[in-house]
Amino acid sequence: MSTKKKVKVASFDFASCEGCQIELTNMGEHIFMGLLDHIEFVEFREAMTETATEIDVALVEGSFTREADRARLEDIRRRSKIVIAMGACAVSGGINALKNHQSDYKQAVYGKDAGMPHLDSHDARPIATVIKVDYVLPGCPMNKDELVKVVSDLVHGKEPLIPNYPVCVECKLRETVCRYHLGEHCMGLVARAGCGAPCPAHGIPCEACRGFVDHPNTEALAMVLVEKGHLPKQRAETLSRMFTANARSDK
Amino acid sequence: MSKNVNIHVHHVTRVEGHGNIVVNVNNGTIEKCEWQVPEAPRFFEAMVRGRHFTEVARITSRICGICSVGHTLASVKATEDALGIQISEQSHKLRTILKHAENFDSHVVHVLFLAAPDLFGVKSVFPLVPTHEPVVRTALRLKRFGHEWGSVLAGRTTHPTKVVPGGFSDLPTTKELQVLRKRFVDEVVPDFKVALEVLTSVAHKFPKFERPTEYMALHNTQEYGVYGGDQVQTIMPDGTKETYRVADYKSITNEYVSPLSTAKYCRNKMQSYMAGALARFNNHYDQLHPEAKALATALGLKPLCSNPYLNSVAQVVEIAHSVHESLRLIDEILDGGGVKDEPLVKPTRFAEGSAAVEVPRGILFHSYAYDKNGMCVNGNCIIPTNQNHANIQYDFEKLLPEMLAADKSQDDIRLAMEMLVRGYDPCISCSTHVLNVEFKQ
Repeated sequence: MSTKKKVKVASFDFASCEGCQIELTNMGEHIFMGLLDHIEFVEFREAMTETATEIDVALVEGSFTREADRARLEDIRRRSKIVIAMGACAVSGGINALKNHQSDYKQAVYGKDAGMPHLDSHDARPIATVIKVDYVLPGCPMNKDELVKVVSDLVHGKEPLIPNYPVCVECKLRETVCRYHLGEHCMGLVARAGCGAPCPAHGIPCEACRGFVDHPNTEALAMVLVEKGHLPKQRAETLSRMFTANARSDK
Repeated sequence: MSKNVNIHVHHVTRVEGHGNIVVNVNNGTIEKCEWQVPEAPRFFEAMVRGRHFTEVARITSRICGICSVGHTLASVKATEDALGIQISEQSHKLRTILKHAENFDSHVVHVLFLAAPDLFGVKSVFPLVPTHEPVVRTALRLKRFGHEWGSVLAGRTTHPTKVVPGGFSDLPTTKELQVLRKRFVDEVVPDFKVALEVLTSVAHKFPKFERPTEYMALHNTQEYGVYGGDQVQTIMPDGTKETYRVADYKSITNEYVSPLSTAKYCRNKMQSYMAGALARFNNHYDQLHPEAKALATALGLKPLCSNPYLNSVAQVVEIAHSVHESLRLIDEILDGGGVKDEPLVKPTRFAEGSAAVEVPRGILFHSYAYDKNGMCVNGNCIIPTNQNHANIQYDFEKLLPEMLAADKSQDDIRLAMEMLVRGYDPCISCSTHVLNVEFKQ
């Protein structure tokens, strides 16, 4: 056990499923106990009662979907040296942003109760629209190995780097047969890699849960989805958005 | 007795996991005693509209990261009902093993990481690292195993990849099942024994409290209901049982808005009902694996149990059941010649359908309607956390006067109420929000 001062880590959640925080508990004995040699959790609502006034690294999961959460985000920023947006919901709005394209979502779900004050909700936004975010851990869920790597980089004074090449690269590396060869659709050609491309290898399309690479050609994506993936035009142009609703020109 | 008690537990957050406890006792008179759940809504039922049937489960799995396997299974099962898809016997077995993996995984987290610290008198698992390191390591290994077990079947446990309408997009190999089986025997059974010794030593610390209520669980004549089955069973305080069709879920759950809280409540025959491990145990004790029954006897748990705190003990019994049932199912597949390659079963119609599965914290209903192009027209999900709200409220209303009459301190009352909520395992973040308590003086 190192005698060096440990990095104080805290974890917070907003509109999300808490799945990224659950991924922290999935690391297992060796990685988790190894991490605890270098970091200490000072606030982590999913697992502990203790709270902290000074935080070195705050992991924030979830989207900003209501004004009531602004003060809590600002408070986290004030207490933290580094803020990391953890998971698609926090990084881009993620799956929550699917409702951003609808105007009747409250009525559809809550009917006559839609006007109740606790159902107040605006469009789903990345937390970076409220506070400064230093680093991002994209993905739904985030990649727990990437989290360990980013924390390790920060502990060792190295600038963390998130890949800016498409998921296709990782499919080639793991020798997954391209879904387009099988006549199936996929968004991996413009999706940001770093996940290890599990979805195409498991027989389902990449839906770009980590967002797009910089400057994606979404028009060409729609064209490929129709011509090679055999999706109807409307589905290719608008309904392929899944996790990228906030990043699409068609919003 | 003249006594003032003011407890205000409040924590802002999102879906499922947002709970408040508010208690005001003024000069011995209870002015307020409420379990409030003002959720930050995420509108999933609206978001699935217009989505292709192959995508729906990947959207609804995002309702909950803790039971995303359960949401995925409920979703594909309901979609298959709507699309007239009959999955193969092998798919059914594999999904049942997967459902057991999630219940095991979540119960391990709840019992060992969230409930146990109360029994040890500490605020979280972290202070136990220096004092009980071998046990913490055992708990982490069991948690990790639950994750790996589920991943063999589902690709991953947080938002599964391989479970799709019609079966599995990618099947586990026979070899993977063999390895899994070996690890059960070599690793899980001994680790669970260690965890069990520790839990047994502190199990007497669960508060004694009784409130007879109705218990609801998925019913299946073949086995202790977790994945398979299209019936619901309830057991009343007098032991009478009644069965219903899952398709009639709306008339069993009867969601309504209570003036006491902004959260939706549910009820069936009585003013509230309970879902979860204790509800399953009370309904289907006879169908438990013999090893799980023996463990229940050793822990002093027997049906009909009406102490909600012992939901955690029922979870321990279910951990044993899930391990041994899964071993049995794996052996059936292996003895039958291993995993066979199977194509996905195709839709035979596009209509409406519904389904239920047992997620760790209770019965979960999903229901969808599809148009002729396979696009979702509407969806409905009734989560167990919501089904338990009313029951928690009525527990509070019985517990508080009992504790006041016994002249318990404010701290004791607060802890008892928190532990009660936590006993229901309403959702991990929910349990821990309740851990943060503010007193209004």
